[in-house]
Amino acid sequence: MSMINYAAREINCKIVYYGPGLGGKTTNLEHIYGKVKPDTRGKLISLATETERTLFFDFLPVDLGTIRGFNTRFHLYTVPGQVYYNASRKLILKNVDGIVFVADSQVERMEANLESMQNLYDNMAEYGYDLTRMPFVIQYNKRDLPNAAPIPELQAALNPGWEPAEATKARVTPDPYHAGQNLVDQISTGQWVERVPYFEAVAITGEGVFDTLKAVSKLVLKALA
Amino acid sequence: MTNPGAASWSFDEEDLNALTRAVSRFLSETGAHSALIADRAGQLVATVGRPLSFDPMVFATLTAADFSANDQLARLIGETDFTTLFHQGEKESMYVADVARRLILVTLFDNQTPIGLVRLKMKPVVEELTAHLDRAYSRARESGTTQPNILAGAGEEIDELFNW
Ligand SMILES: Nc1nc2c(ncn2[C@@H]2O[C@H](COP(=O)(O)OP(=O)(O)OP(=O)(O)O)[C@@H](O)[C@H]2O)c(=O)[nH]1
Ligand SMILES: [Mg+2]
Repeated sequence: MSMINYAAREINCKIVYYGPGLGGKTTNLEHIYGKVKPDTRGKLISLATETERTLFFDFLPVDLGTIRGFNTRFHLYTVPGQVYYNASRKLILKNVDGIVFVADSQVERMEANLESMQNLYDNMAEYGYDLTRMPFVIQYNKRDLPNAAPIPELQAALNPGWEPAEATKARVTPDPYHAGQNLVDQISTGQWVERVPYFEAVAITGEGVFDTLKAVSKLVLKALA
Repeated sequence: MTNPGAASWSFDEEDLNALTRAVSRFLSETGAHSALIADRAGQLVATVGRPLSFDPMVFATLTAADFSANDQLARLIGETDFTTLFHQGEKESMYVADVARRLILVTLFDNQTPIGLVRLKMKPVVEELTAHLDRAYSRARESGTTQPNILAGAGEEIDELFNW
């Protein structure tokens, strides 16, 4: 739920990093925290177990600049990826404006990715939110590992596309982030499908981390415009 | 694109002044030193009273999370929700109250202030805040939005913002 505070001239939006346990959600926030200027971000709050697994959430507020005199402040949250913590995960999704799904590229984690994606969809549906109509991007993380699955395989499993929300969207739309690929196109059966933007990342080095953040923030602001 | 999940809402100067005035009065009636208003998503709306020695934004987030977690606990024991939370420390305590399920009012006070008094005066201030919110919301419903959409047609400016 974005909140426009006219008195403080601020637009506040909430972005949630979702995905399977150990996929790299917290690492994304740590990288952002380390890289943005201290005067444009707050503290990084982590409610974690002794072993650094997220227990409730991580939270980092960042200012991404001003538009029409309003400061755009993004509240970044991560959820605990471990299956066990679904109740807390669901709480964090409340009033979300945009979602980043951080997938673990390792072949062995495919099942966990799928389970987490289904869980995201279900939790959103319980709040009455339709994931397919929200600002949503996918990050394929841990691209540095030798056992990382190829992108087309990950795309087929986690980002197969869905029917475009509006009939007017049923036209070829190029993926601005990958030359030669389309976000919306027609598959062999003649059916139109719409995919969400995806990014490859190595969160421990920061590769792809800001591309992901920028893309989702942009989608969130455009949804308000 | 509209975002069906999220009901956007906004505060204008006047709303904020009305809320702050009501809370200031409540602080002087009880002797509590500071208060903080957040929305249920943890976004800071205002701070009132003595300046806080910590980051209010972080405080707002954690209280909202605390409140949501307690809501779920309430449900588990068969209550629909807890409308207030009380955390007592040796010197400093905090009392947290729900306002119309939209805002959270956090009151901070030291051991000079009796909790009974805070509890007693909390009810009318919450009612007053609720009335202000209801007015703001019905105004929003009548006119579509309380304010012109400041981002309307800002597509290019948004693109530019992320040009780094
Ligand atoms: N090789 C490699 N390791 C990574 C990468 N990103 C994160 N890691 C490591 O993976 C582990 C888990 O990362 P976290 O960021 O804590 O994962 P999480 O998604 O927050 O996990 P939960 O809090 O349990 O949901 C850490 O040891 C990270 O250093 C990456 O891109 N490559
Ligand atoms: Mg984590």
